[in-house]
Amino acid sequence: MTGPRDTASADLLYSDVEQDLRSMVRELLTDRCQPADVLARCESAQPYDMGLWKTLVDGLGVTALQVPEASGGQGATVRETAVVLEELGRHVAPVPYLGHSVLATTALLACGSDLLPGVASGERTATLAHSFAAYPGAGFPDAVRAGAGGLTGRVPAVAHAAIADLLVVPALGPNGPELHAVPADAATITPEVSLDLTRPLAEVVLDGAPAAPVAVGRTAVAALETALLTGAGLLASEQLGIAEWCLESTVGYLKQRHQFGRPVGSFQALKHRLADLWQQLVTARAAARYVADALATASPDVPVAVAVAQSHCATVAVRAAEEAVQLHGGIGMTWEHPVHLYLKRAKSAEIALGTPGRHRARLATMIDLPGPPR
Amino acid sequence: MSTDQAAELRERTRKFLAAHDPAATDRLEFLRARFDAGLAWIHFPEGLGGLGLPRPSQSVVDAELRAAGAPDNQPRRIGIGLGMAAPTILRHGTDEQKRRFLRPLWTGEEAWCQLFSEPGAGSDLASVATRARRDGDDWLLTGQKVWTSSAHNARWAILLARTDPDLPKHQGMTYFICDMTDPGVEVRPLRQITGEAEFNEVFLTEARIPDSYRLGGVGEGWKVAQTTLMNERVAIGGGPLPREAGMVGVVARNWRERPELRTGDLHDRLLRLWVEWEALRLAGQRLRQQLASGAPGPEGSAMKLGFARLSQELSSLEVEFLAEDGLRYDDWAPRRPDRVDFTGREAGYRYLRAKGNSIEGGTSEILRNIIAERVLGLPSEPRVDKDIPWKDLPR
Repeated sequence: MTGPRDTASADLLYSDVEQDLRSMVRELLTDRCQPADVLARCESAQPYDMGLWKTLVDGLGVTALQVPEASGGQGATVRETAVVLEELGRHVAPVPYLGHSVLATTALLACGSDLLPGVASGERTATLAHSFAAYPGAGFPDAVRAGAGGLTGRVPAVAHAAIADLLVVPALGPNGPELHAVPADAATITPEVSLDLTRPLAEVVLDGAPAAPVAVGRTAVAALETALLTGAGLLASEQLGIAEWCLESTVGYLKQRHQFGRPVGSFQALKHRLADLWQQLVTARAAARYVADALATASPDVPVAVAVAQSHCATVAVRAAEEAVQLHGGIGMTWEHPVHLYLKRAKSAEIALGTPGRHRARLATMIDLPGPPR
Repeated sequence: MSTDQAAELRERTRKFLAAHDPAATDRLEFLRARFDAGLAWIHFPEGLGGLGLPRPSQSVVDAELRAAGAPDNQPRRIGIGLGMAAPTILRHGTDEQKRRFLRPLWTGEEAWCQLFSEPGAGSDLASVATRARRDGDDWLLTGQKVWTSSAHNARWAILLARTDPDLPKHQGMTYFICDMTDPGVEVRPLRQITGEAEFNEVFLTEARIPDSYRLGGVGEGWKVAQTTLMNERVAIGGGPLPREAGMVGVVARNWRERPELRTGDLHDRLLRLWVEWEALRLAGQRLRQQLASGAPGPEGSAMKLGFARLSQELSSLEVEFLAEDGLRYDDWAPRRPDRVDFTGREAGYRYLRAKGNSIEGGTSEILRNIIAERVLGLPSEPRVDKDIPWKDLPR
């Protein structure tokens, strides 16, 4: 077990640099990513907003943040990445940031791949060709086999695959685990109708795609695990952003909606629900900041921090979205109102990179609270 | 505070320690000298135990004193004086009151209690009915107060009473300092569901208070009480805690020691609560970092709300986990504890005592109203009692 740990050195606040970054991202998203824009796009031929993505990449450099300067990055940390994710969550922005800058970039960083500069600059859009429901500690997948005939296999539920140029593919070779970097046009990619309209998934089928290993053996296993762990930890910041929007928009609505001759937000039954939700957001923010700081400083407490943040923030985001739907009343049930986009994002994110239950089960071992003897 | 200022404060503390060797000085003498040197609470003004410096720098002084093995003023024992009476006296007291009361308050020579709540004024504190009538240079107080911790040990009390029943309830109150040794003050133990009598009822029968012990103007009691209550919420915040401190640690220890009692259902609940408790603990750490950076937020009320709920769920889970042992209780005898320990005694006590966490210091329901209105900016409920004279309110 990790034992009671002193976490006091972790910085749980936002630095001035992080707040400046937030302002820039928020300003752009306020301008270009209004709920009506997202809603109109999600049923179109291109559900991802690649124009917005290009501005985020070229204008704000968000894909270079945590990549070292030697690999063409900005040499910041995932604390900054987490702040970007908060803002993207607030706007349910349909851009491939999580798959590209968190999952694929972390895996390539762990392999020391020479593909990093092209990924850091956003010249190529990458994602991890692994089920979005995969979770840390689940073991190396065997969906794709690497052999003399190249890579062959089928990977369902891959986030952002439909718009990626580059796939980071975990595959089982003759000598064990390998990670490959495969151009997307070497795979057959079929969009899947997804619960989350703003982060649609796709099925990736490889049928003898040319093998291009970036890591083998233990390095490949560690790179995939680090990517999943980092992904699960930073997803907590996106979930925080989702929950924040849900709370704020619900409070705003309850102030202006009148029934029985008074604002419905003046009824105690509703106020108490929102106060409880706000309380949950306060703790979710602390957990999300803590895991971002732990990842940024490579703290030995990362596994516990991830399990705490993901199981807590996933739950808070779903609750916030469900409360938002209920407290908006009839309008919240309409397609026209954007709150369903947040519900769908929150519910999908709860499953992504490990359900709260999976993370708690992992935590039980780490903190020495085992279940009943068998 | 700059590093220069911190170094200067450290130097000042070391000089004080050189002049007052803790090992060779009587405890009380040491504390009095510390107060007179301005090292008691550095955010207080000079001459009143402080140096007029920012509050977070107190940690510089405390660290030096701790390292030198200096005695402290047992802050947990005199929390009401330190956390509630002192900031109120500082803000609203006369110079004479500050000189008379603050030093023995801080050293612990004189303990304080708080006479606010009444049987008919709980959440609705502004409806207090204890009457204060003018009698020459004095006031005569008659009424009943309740839920008073430390009343049986206290030398002084801060007290809220009604001086003008003809005014609406918020306007007719006045704030006093009450001498607990006055013959008109009677303290009776109040037994709780735990069996203990941790609190008291206090009966006032023409208790005499000189007008010079009034805090703030006549009719300004509500305004003065706001200072006290605001500081109560700050005081509840507490210091940094390691992981698994508090109620969750007690339950986790039991869980590890009694594998035969584990069930799948309890395991799931325990892990959920462990996660929530850890997230709340981190929120406390974040709150302290906000305070230290000079940007306090409203998150303190989230701490109290979360602490109450999780303490109750954890202690409830513990009794259930213990199965047969959960059927027993250690002792129903009406004890008079010196101080409260939420994680003390046995599981049954902890379960019952935790029920108070969502009632004492403001119920969770009132706290939710405050969060909804002051943090989220939601409109208040229509108030029917605001402009009616207090004496005409239904009760």
